[in-house]
Amino acid sequence: MFSNFDFDVIQRALPYLWQGMMTTLWLTLLAMVGGIVLGTLLALMRLSSIKAISVPAGLYVNLLRATPLILVIFWFYFLVPIAVKHISGDSYAQGIGPFYSALIAFTLFEAAYYCEIIRAGIQSVPAGQVNAGYALGLSYPQATRLVVLPQAFRNMVPILLTQGIILFQDTSLVYVVGLTDFMGAASKVAQRDGRLVEMYLFAAVIYFILCFLASYTVKRLQLRITPPR
Amino acid sequence: MDFGFLTQPAFSGGGTYLDWVVSGVKWTLLVSLCAWVIAFTLGSVLGVMRTTKLAWLNGPATIYVELFRNVPLLVQMFIWYFVVPEIVPKALGGWMKQGMPMPEFWSAVLALGFYTASRVAEQVRSGIQSIPTGQTHAALATGLTMPQVYRHLLLPMGYRIVIPPLTSEFLTIFKNSSVALTIGVLELTAQARTISEYTFRTFEIFTLATVVYVLITMAVVVVMQLLERRVRVPGYIGTGK
Amino acid sequence: MAMIEFKNVSKWYGSFQVLKDCTTQVEKGEVIVVCGPSGSGKSTLIKCVNGLEPFQGGSLIVNDQSVGDKATNLPQLRAKIGMVFQNFELFPHMNVTANLNLAQVKVLGRSVEEATVKSQALLKRVGLTDHAQKFPGQLSGGQQQRVAIARALAMDPIAMLFDEPTSALDPEMINEVLDVMVELAQEGMTMMCVTHEMGFARKVAHRVIFMDRGEIVEDATKDEFFGTPRSERAQQFLSKILHH
Repeated sequence: MFSNFDFDVIQRALPYLWQGMMTTLWLTLLAMVGGIVLGTLLALMRLSSIKAISVPAGLYVNLLRATPLILVIFWFYFLVPIAVKHISGDSYAQGIGPFYSALIAFTLFEAAYYCEIIRAGIQSVPAGQVNAGYALGLSYPQATRLVVLPQAFRNMVPILLTQGIILFQDTSLVYVVGLTDFMGAASKVAQRDGRLVEMYLFAAVIYFILCFLASYTVKRLQLRITPPR
Repeated sequence: MDFGFLTQPAFSGGGTYLDWVVSGVKWTLLVSLCAWVIAFTLGSVLGVMRTTKLAWLNGPATIYVELFRNVPLLVQMFIWYFVVPEIVPKALGGWMKQGMPMPEFWSAVLALGFYTASRVAEQVRSGIQSIPTGQTHAALATGLTMPQVYRHLLLPMGYRIVIPPLTSEFLTIFKNSSVALTIGVLELTAQARTISEYTFRTFEIFTLATVVYVLITMAVVVVMQLLERRVRVPGYIGTGK
Repeated sequence: MAMIEFKNVSKWYGSFQVLKDCTTQVEKGEVIVVCGPSGSGKSTLIKCVNGLEPFQGGSLIVNDQSVGDKATNLPQLRAKIGMVFQNFELFPHMNVTANLNLAQVKVLGRSVEEATVKSQALLKRVGLTDHAQKFPGQLSGGQQQRVAIARALAMDPIAMLFDEPTSALDPEMINEVLDVMVELAQEGMTMMCVTHEMGFARKVAHRVIFMDRGEIVEDATKDEFFGTPRSERAQQFLSKILHH
């Protein structure tokens, strides 16, 4: 059944696909870093005892977690140019391009998921630890930064990385706004050369290898962090 | 915000834009629920296979799970829709391209179902494995066979333990059904985008779509909480959350 | 022929040997207490009897059947040997009666009515008639363990295995469980009990087996064991658990 496969088409497209992969990797990396930073902030807000802080954070997280990623991408593809025009005051501003609007969408979307991971991580640090910090005279920000977060993040590293792998897979959805990530590149070549079978199978193999290796590495790391009983 | 445009006659098809939205919701629910039937059934079987010590059951299930969860859903969607008809035997492939009714719909259901099955399998596996070995020993010690232990102990307890994570997978399937728009299924997100292109009421129509997804989420959560309460074991504190 | 006969039973976890050439036997009607420090292999030893723990060397004959033999029908053998566990291991999603009925119906093929009559009789015997409809999570540890004993007895076993039946219990509940066990022993039940309850051993045991590091160090009559244990390890162990 693979007799009329044209593997040359893949080889010819490699430089283009490589460019796409760089877009995918940059998008993943930046959205992950941004998502974790914003997610930490949201988690601290959700854990706040002040309702005016915790309720809006909770609403934001639950709203984004109920919405499909594609719809969020559409939302920001539509909203970002409006926001840019508004902020710059220039009604003819051209926006900032699909990459940045996708980046903003992924960062804000992932932040909601990271928030829940980080919140669970923070709650897994025993309350006695915070009290011990207070007993030494640390303030709330100090106790959070010096005692709670380092322990929480240590426990969370594997889950944060696993979420990063999911994010890496999810970035393929920027296809819907025409951004040329790895999948976008594969699909453009597939349609231009009429070689859908080869290109999509090739894309699947590459994604599989990368994600499998990454999740295997995370599993190894997890065993190192929490030694088996 | 002005939702008046919803009752206006749509660009094509004779109905109003509201009819488009309703049809989108219908396809979202259809794709998701059909895919869930596959995901839950196949995922349960695979999850159980992964808990056995028999290599001929465990091995294939492990390969399945690794394969299907390490390839993005979008890629799997394309493979079911564009690639599978080309690489199956010619007669079948020809039928899939020409004769099969609603090829987009069924490709989406299969892609989403088989993809989610790998995730359900992992939940079912971890639920069963969280039951202490002593329980299995106690059941075996009374003379039950391993299949009976699964039937009367591991499955009833395992499913109870995994209701919360399965709820989350069930919610995810509704959200992931939007990926079906990439192969032409006119589900809710696709309809929202199309309506925004025809009416330029982007803000309103996206808001409406988002609200519908939130409502679906809330409905699922309520149903699953009722289920959880119904099967709750008195005095038992679950090992799951 | 003894009811349970160990001959050079050996077991390894990887390269670590958990049972070393264990040889002993349990006659019909005999009550054997197995003791020893934690990690000495005593729980592993009695779990070999009904095939819950596979072993690699030696042979183990239970009721004329070889446990290690692949041809042996383990479920059938297990149905005749009752077992009580340290953590009770009642099935949390079934009420007390359903716990007692399950194997009677599914393994012995009794009708539900028949099984329920039997279950009620046994619950009466362990003093839990009022709790027949409760779930395990609603009972105290001592009550759960008595239900577990009743569950094993419901199968009309020819022998009973006890794996530290009182170690997970609060001190005030230990006696209610031991009382049931003493009664069983006095009725002539064949019993193999892993326990540190030396009072129980003194009262009803015929023989005491002392294990350390996977070996049977001492296998003596009750009077010999408590009188003059031959090994230093057994003496040390006894002095530790008897003189608090």
